[in-house]
Amino acid sequence: MATLELPIETYDGPVDPDWCPACGDFGVLKALKQAAGSLGIRPDDMLVVSGIGCSSNLPGFIHAYGVHGLHGRAVPLATGAHLANTDLTVVITGGDGDGYGIGLGHMLHAMRRNLNLTYVVMNNQVYGLTTGQASPTTGLEVVTKSTPRGNPELPLNPLAMALAAGCGYVARGFSGDVAQMAGLIAGGMRHRGFALVDVFSPCVTYNHLNTYPYFRERVYKLEEAGHDPADLAAAMRAAGESERLPTGLFYQVERPSYADREPALADGPPVKRPIKGNGDAFRSLIAAMC
Amino acid sequence: MGALSIGIGGAAGDGLARCGDILARTGTRLGLHAYAYNSYQSVIRGGHIWLTLRMGEDKVRSHGDHLNLLIALNQDTLERHAPQVEAGGWIVYAADRLTCPERLPGKDVNLLGMPVKELLKPLGKVPPVMQNSVLVGAAAHLLGLDPAVLEGVTGDIYAGKPVEVIAHNVDATRAGHAHARQHTAALNTGWAFSRTARPFLTGNQAMALGALAAGCKFYAAYPMTPVSNILHYLAAHGPDFGMVVKQCEDEIAVIHTAIGAGYAGVRAMCATSGGGFALMSEAVGFAGMIEAPVVIVEGQRAGPSTGVPTKTEQGDLNQVFGASQGDYPRAILAPVDTADAFGSVAEAFNLAERFQMPVIVMSDLALAEHYETVEHTDLDWDMPIDRGERVDDVAEADGYLRYRLTPSGVSPRALPGTPRAAHIAASDEHDEAGILLSDVFASPPMRRKMHEKRMRKLEAVAAQLPPPERYGASRPEVLLIGWGSTGGVIREAVDLLSERGVVAGQMQVKYLLPFPTGAMLEAIDTARRTVVVENNLTGQFARYLRAETGHRAHGLVLRYDGEPFTPGYIAERAQAVLTGRSQPLALSEGEARECAYHYIRSRLGDMAWPATLRRVGEHVYGEPAWEARLEGRDDGHDMGLLVIGADTGAVLALHHPIPRTQEAAHGHA
Ligand SMILES: Cc1ncc(C[n+]2csc(CCOP(=O)(O)OP(=O)(O)O)c2C)c(N)n1
Ligand code: SF4
Repeated sequence: MATLELPIETYDGPVDPDWCPACGDFGVLKALKQAAGSLGIRPDDMLVVSGIGCSSNLPGFIHAYGVHGLHGRAVPLATGAHLANTDLTVVITGGDGDGYGIGLGHMLHAMRRNLNLTYVVMNNQVYGLTTGQASPTTGLEVVTKSTPRGNPELPLNPLAMALAAGCGYVARGFSGDVAQMAGLIAGGMRHRGFALVDVFSPCVTYNHLNTYPYFRERVYKLEEAGHDPADLAAAMRAAGESERLPTGLFYQVERPSYADREPALADGPPVKRPIKGNGDAFRSLIAAMC
Repeated sequence: MGALSIGIGGAAGDGLARCGDILARTGTRLGLHAYAYNSYQSVIRGGHIWLTLRMGEDKVRSHGDHLNLLIALNQDTLERHAPQVEAGGWIVYAADRLTCPERLPGKDVNLLGMPVKELLKPLGKVPPVMQNSVLVGAAAHLLGLDPAVLEGVTGDIYAGKPVEVIAHNVDATRAGHAHARQHTAALNTGWAFSRTARPFLTGNQAMALGALAAGCKFYAAYPMTPVSNILHYLAAHGPDFGMVVKQCEDEIAVIHTAIGAGYAGVRAMCATSGGGFALMSEAVGFAGMIEAPVVIVEGQRAGPSTGVPTKTEQGDLNQVFGASQGDYPRAILAPVDTADAFGSVAEAFNLAERFQMPVIVMSDLALAEHYETVEHTDLDWDMPIDRGERVDDVAEADGYLRYRLTPSGVSPRALPGTPRAAHIAASDEHDEAGILLSDVFASPPMRRKMHEKRMRKLEAVAAQLPPPERYGASRPEVLLIGWGSTGGVIREAVDLLSERGVVAGQMQVKYLLPFPTGAMLEAIDTARRTVVVENNLTGQFARYLRAETGHRAHGLVLRYDGEPFTPGYIAERAQAVLTGRSQPLALSEGEARECAYHYIRSRLGDMAWPATLRRVGEHVYGEPAWEARLEGRDDGHDMGLLVIGADTGAVLALHHPIPRTQEAAHGHA
């Protein structure tokens, strides 16, 4: 990791994580702190929003503003906070059940809106907090508590979906490589618009298939394979790989963000503007009703 | 003369709303008070639309029970409404297109059949809707409205259209006015016309303006009747006030975006109807839990389910009370009229921010969509703004406790971005710092104290809310108790009862939660009899009143056919309660006629109409029945009978088969 503008301890939270020892989410927490430190984002200017799940507990373990919201609803919650105060760096953290299951609709719309949000999904291919049921990214025929005879559903491919939804920053990290992941998250925070960082974050307690060794055997880095992140077709091909699993930046394209196009934000964040609007405009609205 | 009622009827797409608008604005510009209610159906074209405009020199609080002037844009309207025109009243229609069957109008009702084609001839080729302007001109003459003001309003209403369209409409109104004046004298209204114009607006607009005046900077919505017009209005004007207006993917997103914005420090509002509110439910309690301010407008429409999307009801009280799991602090306000809709939204923001909680403002289709004149002073830009206790800076790190346990329950708020006050706001139960109590750090006593702290805020809310408004006799024989939007119509019912010699009073409840139990008990004590008046089937408020006060109302006046109350409807049923009669459930003659029309329109198209209606002995179910005789529209030939059960409403058709001619189109739902 490059030099840190702010030391990683800046972001040490009030309590230690209560995740199972060796849970992949530890790596994500560390990478997020490193990413924020590398960009020198003050904890007071950062807002971490989550839903519900083991992974969604992350905002409680980092020193920053945080909202631990409802299951699947982190995206709209973050959207409102972002549009009210565009000076905040808003990061969403959560699980695959939270983001790709119950909250999927919100995520797709946030992508096409190009809201300036960075979404880090701790994808453990299982529902952790509720003790091990199938999630939208659980593989076909995999046995879980809720699929004792094997999962009859095809797993969702989040990266291909994001690319198709017009997401302008699509990346994948692995909890076994914090330095790479920190760079990907920092890139997402710098990106003007919606950034998805999907992370292989093993659940050591309920997923005995998609483990650290499982991923270590399969992952390779796109940046070392000569991948061009401006090439959408190549990104789609990489997202479709299932034997070897690429990590890194799949795709990035710069476009105006939602905030760039919002007329009400032209004069700065609404939260910093005077509470009273334009009295003359109000009086002319009344006059038009007479 | 007091207020006069003008009914305008036609099919959707006939341009009827514009006719009403022009007449109403001409009247209000001349200094009249007005009230307009549009009972429309969920169709874009076709179907029957009926607009009632009531105008007078004194404040008009409902669309009333009368019909003094009928403007018929199609044959259906003549047939359905001509019999309702009262003695001394007028029927205005295009005589070259429609015929008014002689037996329909009552005694002393005057016909003004306009030679529309002839009057429009000088304008050259114009579209058929131009007939409307001719009829409006004629009606304006009958009402004694100054034609110069009428022309000015017509120009304003068509502003933005091509100049020749404006000119044609002005010319057509002028022609209609002149023709009517040649043929008949104006009505003797006795109106003095002060010429001071008052704002004429809907409840939706009042709420949107209230939000703007309160400094609301964020509005989120998903389209849904009857509150979509708040979205349209704020989308058009909000950005001029620095307001971000966001249409979201669904109501779950809507409320979360609003909560996110409220949490981040702006005043945030969203609006929906019952179906959307059901989707928001989980998040309402979430806002209560993280103590984020948010204002939610619940514009009720006739349920259950999709129900009757374009009709009114006050049927969501149980849902709003029941929203979200667990106990959490919130306030529920139900504005009592249009002016109050403005003030309630502004007040809701102060409550939401001062007490850091969700505030729900309950409206309904009738309030949301009817137009009414209000005073300029009712729409006060300079209303007081209370943003609640805030922490803008914290000297040392860790010195700030977001959820400090205070005697009032209010913990000063630090917005994200505040130096040295970073904390987590969690939907899980938490301690003073925001640290979760739900996992490893379980603490039943801390949970108890935090739960109590949140709810304690309601004590201060209850103490600051004014008691419900009283009207009428201080020791009434009958006290009419209503809630929300029915404030005006119940007041008119009290006046009507007084005219009939009944000593009546009104108690209109605006603050539903926290509930003004003490004031209610005092009011109940002053009355010999209490009657709860509400727009739903089961008396949801009456049950709540009983739960909160132990008082069981002596009677209920309910309405749940989708239509708003009228003063006569309430007065008649309140009197029935006093004399021990129960609310009649059998179909009235008017209702039976509408049932016949429904059958004809949906099965037989335009070819038939229910020419006569009479009460007969028995339906197949052994109940009394209405018998409608069908006639062909063209030549009046016999087309059979409909027998409509008065109790069940079941229709037995004995007609000659006729092919269906009309395709129904859908919209609005
Ligand atoms: C509306 C709602 N439904 C269900 C739940 C129960 N629930 C809590 S977490 C969770 C799934 C968590 O899975 P995931 O998002 O993948 O996170 P993980 O625990 O694996 O990190 C569920 C179903 C809830 N809290 N709210
Ligand atoms: S259950 Fe799985 S996801 Fe949850 S903390 Fe333990 S290892 Fe992590």
